[in-house]
Amino acid sequence: MLRPESEQQMAEIVRGANGPLSLRGGATRHVPGAGEAVTTAGLTGITLYEPGALTLVARAGTPMAEIEAALAAENQRLPFEPMDHRLLLGTEGVPTIGGAVAMNVSGPRRVQAGACRDSLIGVRFVDGTGAIVKNGGRVMKNVTGYDLVKLLAGSLGTLGVLTEVSFKVLPAAAMQATLVLDGLSVEDAVRAMAAGLSSPFEVTGAAHDPAAGKTWLRIEGLEGSVDYRAGELARVLAPFGAAERLDPNESDTVWRAVRDAEAMLGEGDVWRVHVRASHAPQVVARAQAQAALLDWGGGLVWLRLPAGTDLRARLDGVPGHATRVRGQGPGALPPEAPALAALTQGIRAKFDPRGILSGAAEA
Amino acid sequence: MEMPKPDPFVLDRKAELISRLLTVLPEDAVISDVEETRAYECDALTAYRCPPLAAVLPRSTQEVSDVLRICHEMDVPVVPRGSGTSLAGGALPTADSVILGVSRLTDVLETDYDDRIIRVQTGRTNLSVTGAVEADGFFYAPDPSSQLACAIAGNIAMNSGGAHCLKYGVTTNNLLGVTLVQMDGTVVEIGGAHMDAGGLDLLGVICGSEGQLGIVTEATLRILPKPEGARPVLIGYDSLEVAGACVADIIKAGVLPVAIEFMDRIIIRIVEDYAKAGYPDCEALLIVEVEGSEDEIEEQLALIEEIARRHDPVELRRSQGEDESAKIWLGRKSAFGATGRISDYMCLDGTIPVSELPRVLGGIDRLSKEYGLAVGNVFHAGDGNMHPLIMYDANTPGQLETCEALGAEILKLCVEVGGCLTGEHGVGIEKRDLMTHQFAPEDMEAQMRVKDVLDPKWLLNPAKVFPLSVTQERRAG
Repeated sequence: MLRPESEQQMAEIVRGANGPLSLRGGATRHVPGAGEAVTTAGLTGITLYEPGALTLVARAGTPMAEIEAALAAENQRLPFEPMDHRLLLGTEGVPTIGGAVAMNVSGPRRVQAGACRDSLIGVRFVDGTGAIVKNGGRVMKNVTGYDLVKLLAGSLGTLGVLTEVSFKVLPAAAMQATLVLDGLSVEDAVRAMAAGLSSPFEVTGAAHDPAAGKTWLRIEGLEGSVDYRAGELARVLAPFGAAERLDPNESDTVWRAVRDAEAMLGEGDVWRVHVRASHAPQVVARAQAQAALLDWGGGLVWLRLPAGTDLRARLDGVPGHATRVRGQGPGALPPEAPALAALTQGIRAKFDPRGILSGAAEA
Repeated sequence: MEMPKPDPFVLDRKAELISRLLTVLPEDAVISDVEETRAYECDALTAYRCPPLAAVLPRSTQEVSDVLRICHEMDVPVVPRGSGTSLAGGALPTADSVILGVSRLTDVLETDYDDRIIRVQTGRTNLSVTGAVEADGFFYAPDPSSQLACAIAGNIAMNSGGAHCLKYGVTTNNLLGVTLVQMDGTVVEIGGAHMDAGGLDLLGVICGSEGQLGIVTEATLRILPKPEGARPVLIGYDSLEVAGACVADIIKAGVLPVAIEFMDRIIIRIVEDYAKAGYPDCEALLIVEVEGSEDEIEEQLALIEEIARRHDPVELRRSQGEDESAKIWLGRKSAFGATGRISDYMCLDGTIPVSELPRVLGGIDRLSKEYGLAVGNVFHAGDGNMHPLIMYDANTPGQLETCEALGAEILKLCVEVGGCLTGEHGVGIEKRDLMTHQFAPEDMEAQMRVKDVLDPKWLLNPAKVFPLSVTQERRAG
């Protein structure tokens, strides 16, 4: 395994590569593909953190835990609540910030605060030719040149090896409250979550576990404000039943479990399906899954199905896309329409003309 | 401003081009008369003008596709145009180009409150998107100052921001899907009503690409429930540094206002004279706005005012009601217009790390004296997006050039302290030649590779974003 200790060394490795490279951060999120293994584990450290500017810059291999601890010390956090994949995928290792960016990993708060890519304000990376490229920077409003920051987020390392990433961070909430509704059907749960999310009370999480029969809605902020909004939200939800309020500890536990898709534990393939929230009941009905979990008000549907099930065939015609997060064989990533696939291939070929970074997407 | 020499081969074939355009568009959608094309000779950067070869005003995605296919076949450059409000010359034509205006594409195609989305044709104005949903308690968040006039197409092209993006983000954070027409006429659907488009984030790179990668004809936008209420507080200081420190302390305290706006004495006086917003006469004025119910507003403002008091303000005044709030915002939003009443001005748009505020304001003051032109400062302090307004007299020979030189120095200073050339207006032609101060050749090369894929002939919105010397080989084909 190659372990460059600097961006410069990373560039030399890419430049000198004769065949595919298999990139990894902490390797907690996917099984790295074929080729010579290269880790970002030597590229660590927070290089800039200005709480007063809500800005944090870190090298790509920096452990997520180190970043979260630094932010917590200033009562701040990453807005997008990234998942820890270790439990679901049975992986070991240390989740890194670069890995979260390469996969655009976003948790329950995505529904209100945006995805990982929405908080990402700058990148440095080594492209497939070995050139060191920067885009964006450390300021949160920046439209100078094309936005390659977004393009790199979620690119699975196929356009370049991330070496440094910058974020807009947010104040941590002083208080949180979660309201729970019991025994709703998937249809009613999606309606209830839509009612909450369409209210002015700033719901920062909306999830439903059909097996547990629970629907959760989260509110965060200053203490008095959370109390007020929890009361108002309960009124909005009244047509769906009497909501129970969880204490902050219970609330924490619930959202960690939703974030890490604990409802998906068990045998079988695990899928993430992105659809418009109102289509979620249809997705659940057609998937005939062993287990389901709705997040983002229904905009994200987690499904567990027997190994090898062709979920996409069952969901044919539902707009959106499905990614197999756990399972064997080809077809993990969603297919693209021909015109779109041509653009994707064209961009990949430009950034990685020798095809040495394609491993992650194939794996 | 150097522009590429018009292609004589294109100019010679004008008649053929027009007749081909008329095979796919009705007569009223093709403007080729030399006098009439004048209406499209510039955008809001009026210092630069050039009538296009022709202008077209299609009414559908199909018509846009047909026009682009013909221009592509004939190697005719195309300049996309929303409402022409760009301050950066983003819609400035070249003499051999066709202006493609989206002003007739204004329909709302779908509104869904359960999924909180609206799909619109992109000629629709920013404010009228909110207008379509506000009776039902929703709004579209990005709010550029020009929101009454500017089109969603232009917002997407420039990734427009506004005063409230500290909380709600800019255009790219509120855009879920687009219909994109490529230069060769290919129509691509990217994203949709679901969150995260999937695959490579093409939506992310198209947003903010200044119309150089394709023309967006339809967009699915995120709409949000309107907050219960909002209230600004005015905080005045006798020192720019102290005001800057107050901003940092508010942010650190864990309360996130929806907006923190900053004005210096020059702008305060100009605006007060015009809008009678009741601003105090002081060195630096902050408008800090929070949202929520009455009690929530109280809770947040109490915290903010406590922080403000620690810095010894000369004024600390909460808006007492909706009329006063509206007046306070009218003042801020009319800052550019009010300045325009008393002087020609150039509006800059650099962003800096908030911590560098005192240093940059000091630098601007020094440069202003050195160049002999007054500079007023009004900006979004929460996110460091500055809008220095350089005042000059367009009728005094040489002053525009002096103004541009001063502007360039100020923007270089922004980059030097870790910021960027433009936070929300875009590069256009205005900042094109400064790109080399922010980006190394390989940084620009990576960006241009994306254009190589989406517009291999480099026909879309020519001469914008990148310095001409950098794009020369590509433009030569």
